[in-house]
Amino acid sequence: MKLKDRKRVLREMVLARRFEERCYQAYIERKIGGFLHLYPGQEACCYGVMEAARPGFDYVITGYRDHVHAIKCGADPKAVMAELYGKETGCSKGRGGSMHIFDVEHRFMGGYALVGGPFPLAAGMAKAIQMKGGDEIAICFLGDSANNQGSFHETMNMAALWKLPVLFVCENNLYGIGTALERSTAVVDQYKRVCAYGIESDVCDGQDIEVVLEHAHKAVEHVRSRKGPYFLELKTYRYRGHSMSDSRGYRSREEEEQWKQRDPINMLRDRMIVEDKYTLAEFEAMEKEIDGYIENEVIKFAEESPDPKVEELTKYVLAD
Amino acid sequence: MAEIMYWEAIQRAHDEEMARDPLVICMGEDIGVAGGTYKATKGLYEKYGPLRVMDTPISENGYTGLGVGASFLGVKPIIEIMSVNFAWLAMDQIFNSAAKVRYMSGGQLTAPVVVRSAGGAAHQLGAQHSARMEKVFMGIAGLRVVTPSNPKQAYGLLKSAVRSPDPVYINEHELMYNMKGEVPDEEYFHPLEGSEVARSGTDVTLFGYNISVHWCLKAAEILAKQYNISAEVVDLYSLSPLDRAGIKKSVAKTHKAVIAEEDEAPVGVGSEIMAIINEECFWELDAPPVRVHSALVPQPYAHNLEKATIPDHEDVVKAVLKLFGKA
Ligand SMILES: Cc1ncc(C[n+]2csc(CCOP(=O)(O)OP(=O)(O)O)c2C)c(N)n1
Ligand SMILES: [Mg+2]
Repeated sequence: MKLKDRKRVLREMVLARRFEERCYQAYIERKIGGFLHLYPGQEACCYGVMEAARPGFDYVITGYRDHVHAIKCGADPKAVMAELYGKETGCSKGRGGSMHIFDVEHRFMGGYALVGGPFPLAAGMAKAIQMKGGDEIAICFLGDSANNQGSFHETMNMAALWKLPVLFVCENNLYGIGTALERSTAVVDQYKRVCAYGIESDVCDGQDIEVVLEHAHKAVEHVRSRKGPYFLELKTYRYRGHSMSDSRGYRSREEEEQWKQRDPINMLRDRMIVEDKYTLAEFEAMEKEIDGYIENEVIKFAEESPDPKVEELTKYVLAD
Repeated sequence: MAEIMYWEAIQRAHDEEMARDPLVICMGEDIGVAGGTYKATKGLYEKYGPLRVMDTPISENGYTGLGVGASFLGVKPIIEIMSVNFAWLAMDQIFNSAAKVRYMSGGQLTAPVVVRSAGGAAHQLGAQHSARMEKVFMGIAGLRVVTPSNPKQAYGLLKSAVRSPDPVYINEHELMYNMKGEVPDEEYFHPLEGSEVARSGTDVTLFGYNISVHWCLKAAEILAKQYNISAEVVDLYSLSPLDRAGIKKSVAKTHKAVIAEEDEAPVGVGSEIMAIINEECFWELDAPPVRVHSALVPQPYAHNLEKATIPDHEDVVKAVLKLFGKA
């Protein structure tokens, strides 16, 4: 990556990290309710793939761990935070919550809470793209354990059968909640599972954004040039619990420490220090600036925004 | 007005909508090359080709979800689920995706799909091919549910469903595809909400929908001829939303109500209509309303047991006579 892009994406990943850490705090303060699934540790997956794709142009869909994907597509962090606060100014008008972030204007087509639910939705968007003849692709980000749903197999079959322009990104963080992949899944290498449907696939390190980017370029190019669907597995790790009530008893602190040695933000930062004369001072100043932005703008906006009106409880159930 | 069959009416609605708008597609098992289990898509594959008339794999949840996703981007899928018994497998996408996406996105995204399926007991199809599921669908916020009782409605409701910005579930009946009826020659859109007085009367209201409308009409005939009772028949072609005003209006006129459905109780369509009568017009009643419904049993195979499970016009007559203290 060029220095300019490295700097930009480093900043974006730091924003994502600090945003999520601030959500954690707001949850403890009971400002955010419900289930809250945080993204720290996995940033290189979303940012690497979306650097290769066209955010705001390609259609993106994912599960419940969705704040960062929305922001990368172009959602305003203020509107995302307001959504978590259940405010009318939230991107889903306070009707969705953490697991249902939507920003259709930026073609972020939503967070969905049923594991495996987005697979066929992504294929359907690809079907629409195919019919309408645009240059877009559909991108579906889901976890590893979602691949044990029937919807995964049903969708892979249809996507391959109809050569749909859809990229499936599997963010393999080794666990489905607290169940290690090898305890739930007969074939642990997820990229191998789609060969039964004749879908091209690839696997790579999901912690080094420049590695992700390289593999994602190939994946995106494959789908955009209408060669059919593609499946990209990224090996990654989430630092925090699955959701907020998770003491992580199913994995060791040593394992967590090992993964943190390969932190996506630190890796890129350190490479920039070695290769680009980037300095730690620059990085720390950026972090500070981002924290200020989150506190003074994002949190402030969410705090000060009005609640949805109770009189509008049933608005959006059906079309007016 | 031409007399055509129920399946022909559905086929015509498909054909007109697909000819009008290249983004209208249809999908389902055996609907294309094979022409559809009930012929509802006959000839469309030849006319519109495999990209718009999609023979899907046997993956109910998968292809329903695919249709929902396509609808996000302006495609208008008409999804046929071969039998409503298989719709259970598609329930995740209908219930969790299609019905909820408008609300949970704060109005940004909608899933205006049409899902059609054949429900009901036909002839000795047994426990896994005889289900009625309308009572399940009508309890889902964000989903419209309509159920045509004749070819005109079958045509006009599908036309309106395709044009609707909301997801619509159309509940058809396995025994009704060959029923004949008049359908306007010109284009016709049946309203997705409301109810219809299928026969006017003064002494009792018989509420029905889909096939039970025909039990009610036949019962009304018998009641008039043999018992001098004038029954009004109200056709509730929209099950969600239910026509509260229409229900109230008829009960306020006749002061007595019988509700006939093929669904089973407890928790049937009749439970809901009875609740509406209670809420809207309890003081208009001269007698407690009566429900006619199926027995709560997995559909038996034996002919006599099946007959004992599913009600018909005679059960409606009996219910009315009971209401009038004549049985
Ligand atoms: C249909 C369904 N079953 C179960 C759940 C509960 N659940 C939520 S997340 C999850 C684990 C999913 O793991 P994975 O696909 O690896 O995603 P990750 O959260 O690790 O990114 C489970 C079982 C659900 N939300 N939906
Ligand atoms: Mg996982």
